[in-house]
Amino acid sequence: MRLSKTELILLGVAVLLAAGGVIAPQWLVFLLTMALAKAMVVQGVVMQMRAGLVTFGQGLFFCVGGYAVGMSGHFLNITDLALLLLIGVGAAVLLAMLLGLLMTRYREIFFAMLSLAFSMILYGVLVKSSALGSTDGFNVKAWTLFGWTPASGQAPLALFIIIVACSGLLAVLLHRYSRSSAGMMCEAIRENEVRVEYLGQSPRWVLYMNYVAAAAVSALGGGFMALSAGHIDPEMAYWITSGEFVFIALLGGTAHVAAPFIAAILFAVVRTYAIELVPHSWQMILGFTLLAIIVFLPKGLWSLFTGQARRAKA
Amino acid sequence: MMSLFAVLIDGTIYASWLFLVAAGLTVIYGVMRILNMAHGSFYAIGAYAAASLVGWYFNNGVGPVWAGYLLMLGCALVAGLIVGLIIERGLLRFMYGRDEVLMVIITYALLLILEDTMKMIWGVNPYFAYQPYAEMGRSALAGLKVSNYDLMLVGISLVLGLGLWLWLERTHQGKVLRAVIHDREVAMAMGVNVRRMFTLVFVLGTMLGTLAGALTAPAISVVPGMGVEVIVLAFAVVVIGGMGSIEGAAVGALLVGLSRAAAVHYAPEFELFVIYGVMALVLAVRPQGLFGRVLARKI
Amino acid sequence: MNCILETQGLCKEFGAVTAAKDVNVRIHKGEVVGVIGSNGAGKTTFINMVTGYLKPSRGEILFNGQSIIGRTPRAITRAGMARSFQVAQLFPQLSVLDNLLIAVSAAQSPFPSLLAPMRNASRIAQADAILAEFDISRWRDTQVTAVPQGVRKLIDIAMALIGDPQMLLLDEPTSGVSAEEKTALMDTVMRVVAQHQVTVLFVEHDMDVVRRYVSRILAFYSGEVLADGAPEAVLANARVQEFVTGGPNAHKRAAQ
Repeated sequence: MRLSKTELILLGVAVLLAAGGVIAPQWLVFLLTMALAKAMVVQGVVMQMRAGLVTFGQGLFFCVGGYAVGMSGHFLNITDLALLLLIGVGAAVLLAMLLGLLMTRYREIFFAMLSLAFSMILYGVLVKSSALGSTDGFNVKAWTLFGWTPASGQAPLALFIIIVACSGLLAVLLHRYSRSSAGMMCEAIRENEVRVEYLGQSPRWVLYMNYVAAAAVSALGGGFMALSAGHIDPEMAYWITSGEFVFIALLGGTAHVAAPFIAAILFAVVRTYAIELVPHSWQMILGFTLLAIIVFLPKGLWSLFTGQARRAKA
Repeated sequence: MMSLFAVLIDGTIYASWLFLVAAGLTVIYGVMRILNMAHGSFYAIGAYAAASLVGWYFNNGVGPVWAGYLLMLGCALVAGLIVGLIIERGLLRFMYGRDEVLMVIITYALLLILEDTMKMIWGVNPYFAYQPYAEMGRSALAGLKVSNYDLMLVGISLVLGLGLWLWLERTHQGKVLRAVIHDREVAMAMGVNVRRMFTLVFVLGTMLGTLAGALTAPAISVVPGMGVEVIVLAFAVVVIGGMGSIEGAAVGALLVGLSRAAAVHYAPEFELFVIYGVMALVLAVRPQGLFGRVLARKI
Repeated sequence: MNCILETQGLCKEFGAVTAAKDVNVRIHKGEVVGVIGSNGAGKTTFINMVTGYLKPSRGEILFNGQSIIGRTPRAITRAGMARSFQVAQLFPQLSVLDNLLIAVSAAQSPFPSLLAPMRNASRIAQADAILAEFDISRWRDTQVTAVPQGVRKLIDIAMALIGDPQMLLLDEPTSGVSAEEKTALMDTVMRVVAQHQVTVLFVEHDMDVVRRYVSRILAFYSGEVLADGAPEAVLANARVQEFVTGGPNAHKRAAQ
């Protein structure tokens, strides 16, 4: 596997981040872990945005990933992190393969609404499931890895290093995907679906693969969220949670695979301070930021950087 | 037999409430093609305005009871007028012509802003204005105790629905509006002031939203986040009926109302599942909704 | 047995409007056929039916002797029938090169690769070659939105041609292009098409353009084929002159 310059930089940043985690204070490690987990879900949203689809229900797969991890620990006594995450991703993939058959028939506002409906169905089921703690959810058991049980103080840092490693690998894979025939075909579908059909390609097949892949990536984020927070609740599937993912996706834009990671970290840091300083204005800040992005930066934060690069070249 | 009757009564009451909430949403979408996520916030604003004023009015015994009802409706309509005008004139008119999905995101931003604005004005503690609800008492319907206030809701929602339908179908202004719905450019070319129509419709939709909130306020405790819950229900109703159709919203509301009432009576654990289940089912079979139209793309 | 496309009793109604009425056409391999007819005569409907975008109300369409009724546009494209569009159907936010690479990639496999890069040497070579054939190489790295109308029409045709179809349907290749540019554009198109040895059917309004390139003309009027044959014969046909070209009789009528 030969790595391009961008891919080497992505992996290099991951190594630096992991090393930084060793000296960083615990609260920062925790904050970054959560931010990276959310960033994975956002990657799923961005993958679909590149194909021209806005989902207001990516929380569905975030929640499925989280609950599959939590329930496997709770009911099957599985504690191995790798196995748990695999189960989470597998569950989401199966669900996405089923829902994808339907979802790929819809575009634009109908896609947004149907994705919202499906995630709200899951929310509705979980809220009424007393065996799963209803609205309160339940605690996720401590994890092990290949027989190794982290000591009580070690677990957060170990999980941080694991999620950074996974994020680095994911970034490389998604970077390749975005330049592959399938990834470019997504952009082509966004631009002109009829033409794609008339080139002999099935838009539905491309969108289906993209939908399932996005679900897998988002479920991985949900699994990590469950393991790092140690708790899951139906809120994960609520539409406001999905709205937050759309927000972060728009903040970062679709131009580069690193953007969702940066945007998610920025989001987490700003929120931590904003909630402390102005507890009842946080949503208002989000709202005005979103309007500003739409009016001034239609491609998200990343257009700040590429715009500068272009000016520097000229 | 008895429980079936109860389901029918409960379902109808719930459906008329749903229709009140969804009517403004579908009118705005029908004319302006804006699926307004902030509609739930309009509902909440109406509820807060009514609960704070009506609560104050009754608690201090300011005046006669009947005037309290007028106050409740009046403050909702005024709040809707102000909020609708500010948003349409101050923000939305700069966004017309953009992509439908982008408009959803813009109104989502609006929702976030309005949620915190409400917290600033009314704080985070709940408001109660139960008096209008309690004052009306209950009647017995075939052995079933039903609140008169709820029956009044059914009546209001019938009148409102009929009024909207007549306005759209039978008046000159309604004809002009339908021309705008059908083809914006042609309507403009024929001298219709589309911008004024948009302002009118948006303010009307907002007022329908605040009115729904005000009418609901006496039956609930008014708390932060209530609009966020309501908006997805309204989406479900509007999507089922076909976005932009008044008769669709009525049928959608009945469908959702009755299925929820049935679920509450027979299988309470499926209460929420049923609502979104019906929405997903209708979308899967008839994505344009029961009364919606499909537009084909020309190449 | 060199008939490549045949329609039998093709009909299409949109509600009360008849867009195609008993259309019987046989196109032979290697022919260059021009389709003429006024607006609403059913030319584009014919192309849309033949390429699977519209389902005919009745009738049969045979491509290489096989029925293609009910097949999707992509299946028909893969079977070897490609088309271009009245308004160029491109991917506007992408570069001209990427537009063509997507076309190459789509032609190569119905299952696009998830990780191998789309830009590889062989695909780029193929795209560059066709750009050179159409003489538009200098637009290679420009975003489509910045490309002039005439060039867009050529890219549209290049994307249809890059999959090596047996038959090419061109829907008004010169529409939206200024009168001065028309001839040069059609010269380029017909030169490249001839090199690729592909059967061509094109819709065109300008009779001078049609006369210059075709070996046969189909004249449509209100969904029916009014005349079918050699250009001189069809253009001399009285009914064609009356309803389609508005020839000498039209002047007389206007004078009366």
